[in-house]
Amino acid sequence: MKQYVGMEVSVALAEAVKLANADVIAAYPITPQTHIIEHLAELVASGELDAEYIPIESEHSAMSACLGSSAVGARTFTATAGQGLELMHEVLFVASAMRLPIVMAVANRAVSSPLSVWGDHSDVMACRDVGWIQIFAENGQEVVDNAICAFKMAEDNRVLLPVMLNLDGFHLSHMVEPVLMPEQKAVSDFLPLNNYPQPLNPDKPVAMGDFAPPVIFTEAKWAQEMSLRNSYSTILEVWDQFGKQFGRHYRPVEHYRTEGASTLLLTMGSFSETAMTAIDSLRDEGCKVGLIRLRLWRPFPFSDIREAVKGISNLIVLDRAISLGGPGGPAASEIKAAFYGEENKPKIVSFVAGLGGRDVTPKGFEEIITRGIEIAEKGSSNEYEIYGVRE
Amino acid sequence: MSSVKKLASKMLEEKEFFAPGHRACGGCGEVIGLRLAFKEIGGNAIVVNATGCSEIIASQYPYTSWNIPWIHALFENTAAVASGIEAGLKIMEKKGISHSKGAKVVAVAGDGATSDIGLQALSGALERGHDFVYICLDNEAYMNTGIQRSSATPYGATTTTSPVGGKQKIGQVTWKKDMPSIAVAHNIPYVATACPSYPVDLVAKIKKAIEVKGPAYIHMFTACPTGWGCPSNMAVKLGRLAVQTGVFPLYEVENGAYTVNVKPAKLKPVAEYLKIQKRFRHLGDEEIKYIEQRLAEEYQKLLEKSEASAS
Repeated sequence: MKQYVGMEVSVALAEAVKLANADVIAAYPITPQTHIIEHLAELVASGELDAEYIPIESEHSAMSACLGSSAVGARTFTATAGQGLELMHEVLFVASAMRLPIVMAVANRAVSSPLSVWGDHSDVMACRDVGWIQIFAENGQEVVDNAICAFKMAEDNRVLLPVMLNLDGFHLSHMVEPVLMPEQKAVSDFLPLNNYPQPLNPDKPVAMGDFAPPVIFTEAKWAQEMSLRNSYSTILEVWDQFGKQFGRHYRPVEHYRTEGASTLLLTMGSFSETAMTAIDSLRDEGCKVGLIRLRLWRPFPFSDIREAVKGISNLIVLDRAISLGGPGGPAASEIKAAFYGEENKPKIVSFVAGLGGRDVTPKGFEEIITRGIEIAEKGSSNEYEIYGVRE
Repeated sequence: MSSVKKLASKMLEEKEFFAPGHRACGGCGEVIGLRLAFKEIGGNAIVVNATGCSEIIASQYPYTSWNIPWIHALFENTAAVASGIEAGLKIMEKKGISHSKGAKVVAVAGDGATSDIGLQALSGALERGHDFVYICLDNEAYMNTGIQRSSATPYGATTTTSPVGGKQKIGQVTWKKDMPSIAVAHNIPYVATACPSYPVDLVAKIKKAIEVKGPAYIHMFTACPTGWGCPSNMAVKLGRLAVQTGVFPLYEVENGAYTVNVKPAKLKPVAEYLKIQKRFRHLGDEEIKYIEQRLAEEYQKLLEKSEASAS
């Protein structure tokens, strides 16, 4: 009999990393991620997880230590948020370019200044182009399941790329939710030992991180791009296998009450569950609206998004980050680009909301959807609208 | 010559782990140091290299001078990458899934990568006590980017960012950062200064650094004829003069106890060292006197620490 347990999502995530039997954890505390690494420290101290825990002196060094441990073939995990992710920024590029299967949880947090420890997606959106597989989770169960899947995706020898698992800071990281923790044996069957093909090994020396003159740099980047794009099929394969074994199924784009809809709202992360409540209310009023949630952010699921909005008139994209001086929400910008060349495309309306941890209530989602439909029908001179701002 | 070979082969591994064919400038001091150090370290090692001269001269894709596994990530994170490698090897060995048994982890970085941009990562790694050797190749400026001052650039040296002009006649106006003392302050088991001009001393120190359990820090003085403005046959001579004038004393600190390894009966006049380098050419008698006095004071302090440790 499967038992749901009430757990703080950060703790559940740490338990999932234990189930994955991580070898090395290098971590630096930062709100709202800290509960993840605190619980991992406890698991290592109690002996429940046999791992090397490096309580390192910065996030830059945390990711750097992850490079080292992953390069010798150790299963490697870290977690960060907000400023921490930005401090890691340059190291993130190296992790993906060196094809190191590091798994990192990001408890998404706003980026200073003004200082805000609360959640939004500004941190991860500034890291779109670092070459990592990037997944968004919307509840505790998704966090646990995708943490386990992340190791399998990353370490698959057809992929060998780092994976970033995004969970909204506080709105998700600090919630106590009912979670089904998978059995150790089932996880061990699902996730084989890390088999990194070319580790740093004195018996078989390799050189990693050479410098590349112009004659080869473009090819190196193209190879990396191909590897990230091609990871898409393995990501689907891992989710399918997980679904078969554990009965919970994941797709790059998830649908909620999209049947017969003429307007869709697109969200990422923990916004999605509140948005569902709003969709239910509007549906009750006879409004033909539905919700799609972007779970896979990199590689960008072009075909899934295009398929999801077939026959739809309006697509309202809600971003939890702001592209300052740019086109509005980063996700909206990419989605507009994805549809630009399509013959039959919906009108795409961009909203930004929930910055720095500000709540968006079900009523708020209803207002965004109603206003979005109005903009889609009548047009607007603004590139995007920011919801709830006091001017 | 044959007798030298006979002697050298007894002292050192014949195999090259840092092989010829790299792109270092003619007369580069640091490749002499690297070659010697890795002859002692041997083949069961993993090298972590910071961005800098030692990295770019030996790693242009698809070539490498390294006959042992080597990784370069970034400029400032060498000690952190080394920390991860050490932790990874340790846990994998414990779990019985390791491919490398007893491999030594050796970080190699320049003076800027060590005493400026990488100081935090190094301090963290030393404090946490990882079992690794960190070798700082000190050529006293950012040579790879074209001779800019670092905190290891000595007082009075001109670089492209500490130039001499109408108003500023000294060059570098700050005293060289005492990096070995910073390493000592971490209470690590082994810290030493070394110079390839004293190969027997250098190799002995590398041996100790490798054998010690926990972090070891080697600060290696490596002359840079290109950056210092002298003929390319001068690296070894400059190293000797640096030791004999008190510019770079050779000492080691074992569990806090100081030993001065090379003790000149009397320090040579520092002018002998300064006058043969273009970077110091502008210095007048007054500045030279100031340098000589301060070097003498610091050398005296070092001798006192050494005597205090012996008593």
